[in-house]
Amino acid sequence: MSEKKKLSENQMFISVLASVVSIIIGLIFGFILLMILNPSKAGIGINAMMTTGFSSLDQFGKVLYQSAPLMLCGLSVGFAFKTGMFNIGATGQYTIGAFCALVGGIAWQLPWWVCLILSFIGGAIWGIFPGLFKALFNVNEVITSIMFNWIGMFLVNLLLANMPIMLASAWGASNSDRTAALSQANPGAIIPKGGLDRLFGNSSWINISVFIAIIVAIICWFILEKTTFGYELKACGFNKEGSRYAGINANRNIVLSMIIAGALSGLGGGLYYLAGTIQYVLEKKTLAMGFNGIPVALLANSNPIGTIFSSLFISYIQVGGSAMQPNFSSESTDIIIAVIIYLAAFALLMRGLIVRIMKGGKSRETAVTENAANVTADKADSMDKDDNKEAKA
Amino acid sequence: MASDYVIEMLHITKEFPGIKANDDITLQLKRGELHALLGENGAGKSTLMSVLFGLYQAEQGTIKKDGKEVQIKDPNDANRLGIGMVHQHFKLVECFSVLDNIILGVEDTKHGFLQKDEARRKVMALSEKYGLRVDPDALVSDISVGMQQRVEILKMLYRDNEILIFDEPTAVLTPQEIDELMEIMRGFKNEGKSILFITHKLAEIMAVADRCTVLRKGKYMGTVDISGTTQEELSKMMVGRDVRLTADKKPCKTGNVILSVKDLVIPSRTHNNNAVRGVSFDVRQGEIVCVAGIEGNGQTELIYGITGLEKVISGNITLKGKDITHAPIRERSMDGMSHIPEDRHKHGLILDYTLEQNLVLQRYRESAFQNKGVIKAGEVRKYADRLIEEFDIRSGQGPVTIARSMSGGNQQKAIIAREIDKQPELLVAVQPTRGLDVGAIEYIHEQLIKERDNGKAVLLVSLELDEVMNLSDRILVMYEGEIVGEFDPKQTTVEELGLYMAGAKRQDGKEAKAS
Repeated sequence: MSEKKKLSENQMFISVLASVVSIIIGLIFGFILLMILNPSKAGIGINAMMTTGFSSLDQFGKVLYQSAPLMLCGLSVGFAFKTGMFNIGATGQYTIGAFCALVGGIAWQLPWWVCLILSFIGGAIWGIFPGLFKALFNVNEVITSIMFNWIGMFLVNLLLANMPIMLASAWGASNSDRTAALSQANPGAIIPKGGLDRLFGNSSWINISVFIAIIVAIICWFILEKTTFGYELKACGFNKEGSRYAGINANRNIVLSMIIAGALSGLGGGLYYLAGTIQYVLEKKTLAMGFNGIPVALLANSNPIGTIFSSLFISYIQVGGSAMQPNFSSESTDIIIAVIIYLAAFALLMRGLIVRIMKGGKSRETAVTENAANVTADKADSMDKDDNKEAKA
Repeated sequence: MASDYVIEMLHITKEFPGIKANDDITLQLKRGELHALLGENGAGKSTLMSVLFGLYQAEQGTIKKDGKEVQIKDPNDANRLGIGMVHQHFKLVECFSVLDNIILGVEDTKHGFLQKDEARRKVMALSEKYGLRVDPDALVSDISVGMQQRVEILKMLYRDNEILIFDEPTAVLTPQEIDELMEIMRGFKNEGKSILFITHKLAEIMAVADRCTVLRKGKYMGTVDISGTTQEELSKMMVGRDVRLTADKKPCKTGNVILSVKDLVIPSRTHNNNAVRGVSFDVRQGEIVCVAGIEGNGQTELIYGITGLEKVISGNITLKGKDITHAPIRERSMDGMSHIPEDRHKHGLILDYTLEQNLVLQRYRESAFQNKGVIKAGEVRKYADRLIEEFDIRSGQGPVTIARSMSGGNQQKAIIAREIDKQPELLVAVQPTRGLDVGAIEYIHEQLIKERDNGKAVLLVSLELDEVMNLSDRILVMYEGEIVGEFDPKQTTVEELGLYMAGAKRQDGKEAKAS
């Protein structure tokens, strides 16, 4: 028994080690790219990338602030993954959520928490469609949700263009290509800072959204791991036929899981645009935040608690990337961020590699080993039983 | 004299971390011999054959071909030495034609274009010579399992292999197809080819093999001449103790009708015809009713209909007098139906769930295991521990073992534990012993009989005629979606059943198809 326990401890250690090694390799690759792009500033660049997030409380506040919508988009993608769905429509749901929150805040002059509920509902409605199409007609949810990304984005643009009260021009500013600043339209719709700004050296970014996101992540974890509902959702995700056999209504769960995923993304949109620091700009491209939820979820292996950390990590390098900007173009910082995230996702591969190195060179037989290990499990277990008996005696 | 043996595997040891899959095993194959390799699941048969076929390298021991030592590093080496293998799970490209599959990897080309005429002539000649009927232009996905196996055999012959390895070749065949295969194998023997035949079915070994090598838990138990041994002796060598080859049963005491099926019609998923065409029967308390038949004659769909996995077109299903024809699966389950499904990976288990999660798969909603939607983890663990103890389910880490990592026999035990412990009125079991070894089969048969003796109704679907004859109190034979005969196992023979299964006879007076 004791030996087995050691092994599992080892595995925990190996997972963490693998993640760290992957991130370091990603940074090395990023540095090589910087060397190619602008050799003289590469050192400054990588330094900015790695240290900006911790360089001042203000910047650290920005990391936390940006991580909240990322976390929710990551939770959204991860939640759908657990039910066997690939929610690539997070960005559409996010956009609709942002729109609902802003309409509540600007047009209807509602307080921030009501606006957040509206964003939650808006995103949920946008999640219903891919879920319904999948459940009723077996239409691949990827196709539907991509289409609904565009429908969502253009619909929001169309609606905003026809709602003059929503635009900045109605509230004393000159530009009509974006929504009104909340500080002018309705300061009550801005998510409160809860005294955090004082803690974070008067950071203009920080507010309580990151805590809302963390609480939501914990709720997601609880639903998935502790409730019969989560048990059913995951059963559908792992084996749809098997869950049908167990009398689980797989179609109902597909729709519900997409509604929840949509609501999470929508809430992300609400949190970001109700911070009072940013205005929604009418542009003909989908928002990147929803798509960034995919690597967040993947890095965390769809685990809600893991999502907290992966979103903080990605937010951190994004803040670092934006600090590189006079020396490097925003495109090249995006490439470097992408490289780092990409390599971070290699953690799983790295894990296999580390196991191999630790076992010492028997690389060719690892796959076989696992099989054999399964076969031996029987024997090992019966031996364990004997051990237990002795221990009791 | 060295060339007496065409292949010799001497003192082969193959170790995987933590287990010696093969421990000093010697196997000598004579030229023109039919040699059986017998052992339970996990005895090391497949490992040994994989060593011979070049899939694994042995740590110790030597392989000799015609008395000369050879190195087999991969299947290409094996091929060059004339060794061919029919795997248990066929290695065919489903969307290719039979001919394309046979020539795959050794195609003749001219200027980069395939030249198939010569290949076709050779395949047809081989097919003629050995009685291996195939349609060279049919797609593999469209042909029967029996024909797929003939394609695999032709693949070996096309490559001029003279040492033929068959890995559990009869598992998927009907009795008639098995007889045919045996005949073909004898034909190869007369041609001077040498055959290695992996199995755990004793009757087949007695019927065709010349000699038999027995493995148990990775160790060599000996090689015996079939002419001088008995089934009982072989099974004792294989399992290490006496095994009852026939299950003990008390006479059955039937009670009320539990399941009643009337004029059931169920569609097929694979073709446009209905898979089940007007089937009616009853199952009573305290009896095991067995549906026998060749795979693909509607048994699967019939069970799907009864258990609710497939919608029925017409007809009625009643459980304890309640019409459940259109009831959802969960309602049937709560009304006292348990289902040991045919495909334990597709239906029976959520493979990525732990053992304990799988053990409550039918019951997690009961108030014993949840409170307002929150799962009582402690209760689930207690329940799992009890079932693991009671049904002797073995696994690496007990209740938290991922089901995928468990052996097939223990996966099946987990399903059986779950379904029986639910205290069903009706137990539907579909091929509950498929792919399991003798020990596990014995255990599962005992459990089914125990349920019957406790007054439960048992509906069993099996392709194994021995199992059908052994367990059932009544046998229904299904052919092309209809029940063509009902038998008392005491008053019929396997051969008789085989004729009905193949559609050559039927009881209801309708003209049987000429076959």
